[in-house]
Amino acid sequence: MAFFARAPIAPLEYSRTLWMRLWVGAVMVFLYAPLVVLMIFSFNDSKRNVVWRGFTTKYYEKALGNDQLVEALINSLTIAALATLASLVLGTLAAVMLWRFRFPWKGAIDGTISLPIIVPEICLGVAFLMFFAAVGWPTDLVWPFNLGAITVAHITFCFPFVTMVVRSRLASFNREQEEAAKDLGASEAQVFRDVLIPHIKPALVAGALLAFTLSLDDFVITYFTSGPDTITFPVKVYSMVRFSVTPEVNAASTLLIILTVVLTFIALKAQGVKAIAETH
Amino acid sequence: MTDPAKPIIQIQNVSKRFGKVTAVDNVSLDINAGEFFVLLGPSGCGKTTLLRMIAGFELPTEGRILIDGQDMAGIPPNKRPVNMVFQSYAVFPHMSVADNVAYGLKIAGVKGGEIKDRVAEALDLVKLGGFGERMPDQMSGGQRQRVALARSLVMRPKVLLLDEPLSALDAKLRAQMQFELSELQEKVGITFVTVTHDQDEALSMACRIGVINKGEVAQLATPSDLYEYPSNRFVADFVGSVNIFEGKLTLDEPDKAAVDCPGVGKIYLNHGVTGPHGADVWIALRPEKIYLHVPGEGKAVKAAAQDAPDGYNFARGKIKGMSYLGDITLFEIELESGARIRVSRPNLSRHDQEDFTWDDKVSMHWRADSPVVLLG
Repeated sequence: MAFFARAPIAPLEYSRTLWMRLWVGAVMVFLYAPLVVLMIFSFNDSKRNVVWRGFTTKYYEKALGNDQLVEALINSLTIAALATLASLVLGTLAAVMLWRFRFPWKGAIDGTISLPIIVPEICLGVAFLMFFAAVGWPTDLVWPFNLGAITVAHITFCFPFVTMVVRSRLASFNREQEEAAKDLGASEAQVFRDVLIPHIKPALVAGALLAFTLSLDDFVITYFTSGPDTITFPVKVYSMVRFSVTPEVNAASTLLIILTVVLTFIALKAQGVKAIAETH
Repeated sequence: MTDPAKPIIQIQNVSKRFGKVTAVDNVSLDINAGEFFVLLGPSGCGKTTLLRMIAGFELPTEGRILIDGQDMAGIPPNKRPVNMVFQSYAVFPHMSVADNVAYGLKIAGVKGGEIKDRVAEALDLVKLGGFGERMPDQMSGGQRQRVALARSLVMRPKVLLLDEPLSALDAKLRAQMQFELSELQEKVGITFVTVTHDQDEALSMACRIGVINKGEVAQLATPSDLYEYPSNRFVADFVGSVNIFEGKLTLDEPDKAAVDCPGVGKIYLNHGVTGPHGADVWIALRPEKIYLHVPGEGKAVKAAAQDAPDGYNFARGKIKGMSYLGDITLFEIELESGARIRVSRPNLSRHDQEDFTWDDKVSMHWRADSPVVLLG
């Protein structure tokens, strides 16, 4: 009966057309199938990671019981947190400076700030290796000070991303709001705190997320700047894989994925997804 | 408080240059305490720059600005006894309406209880009582403007500056806000200084209007003086609609004058103009001051106006253009010489628009005190 028939597909209702659904499905599979496979095989009851031999959680116990791996994870999280914090401050200040002021060599500074994004990571890695050797950066400090070199390197390639995101947000700032605040008696610092920071807040969250994830999963630069006592998670995983790809590696990776997803979810919830979308 | 006899704002020989561009050129004007002053001019004339200099967002290149007798040189915007309503309203989007209005008071260190009372009072004043908890994005443009108004008024400034306050509103709301702003100004007794490019807005709200052209004050007058006695061609043309004829002053006595305008003929006035004889002058004649006659009716008028040509001016022509605007009809009439005159006629009855049609021959007359002689 016509009463139960579905409404015909309107010209712009692409989400209801079959070919569009197939296409979206294919994209999803392409993007996430490897991750799903990784997660599934973390429960595989087999030393070799190719054939499914039954369900087990023993590799999670093994991964969490692996002191070196846990230590590497703690290192990674510490570095990521420090690098994120420093990048947020540095990147925001750089963005505000480039947006707000006119000064000599502005164009040149603008260009060089995004250089760490452009320069191949391998070059940066070599550069840091040589730099820290040349300045005689101490390698025998206690934790967490021994992570200094890696953290500095991470800040270098993380803060330009924060600058980029914050700047694009600043472009939509109505300068009259700043003037209105001043007109109502606010000082420069009060304008910054009460008007500018609330405006760029979504960009700060997005920038922090970017910096955190970039730092957490960086391998190349970290590989060049880490010493025997300062192994990070990706570097540790790499060295484990060199012997064999065991489900233990899968389990560790799955935990990391869950951790980042949860963090992102919390950040999005805290901000409202709409505000994040606005920055892009 | 403030002395009403003394001007609240004194602008003395103020110039502002941006590089080679002179935005404000040696402007001097006084704004009286308690008046509604409007700076009127086309876009880019420097009126907003002038307002921003009063607020402190721009610094004069030359000259000085005094507010309530105090020189404002070196005093930043956050320390001036003025508040501004911005063109974009600049309502803080992340604060509720009440927080927006309270912001200035919080910065000033006013106590919580007093803040609450004053915010409520200010919101009532702009008819937003009960809207305090709303967020700005839940409000219409007109309401956001009221928030901006309340946010400034709550500070009890000596002067309230308004930058194009009505430009973003639709026509109906604009007309309503014109009345409300005037009412509000009378109620709070604060000096309002408004910038606008809209002459209707200026005429309807202002006590006095300063017309700005190319960074200079073209004329400073009350709305009716500005309209009826413009002092130069720019003002006559910018404020309202006008016919301007170039001519030579051929007769200039204390009680009468005549200007010979090529193409239009001699235009008589019932007062002297005290200009040099034979000087090039301009006649400004408002379209609504010209009476249009249906053919034949002109004779009766002529008979009535015995004292012509001293009392009335006459002209004949052909209707070349008509536009019916509802309340009035605009006519473009071609004289025998080919010169064109714009005439407007109120549609007093429902059938008035049927009186004329294209290519009708018509006669016109206007009183001898209607034309304005302009020397520049």
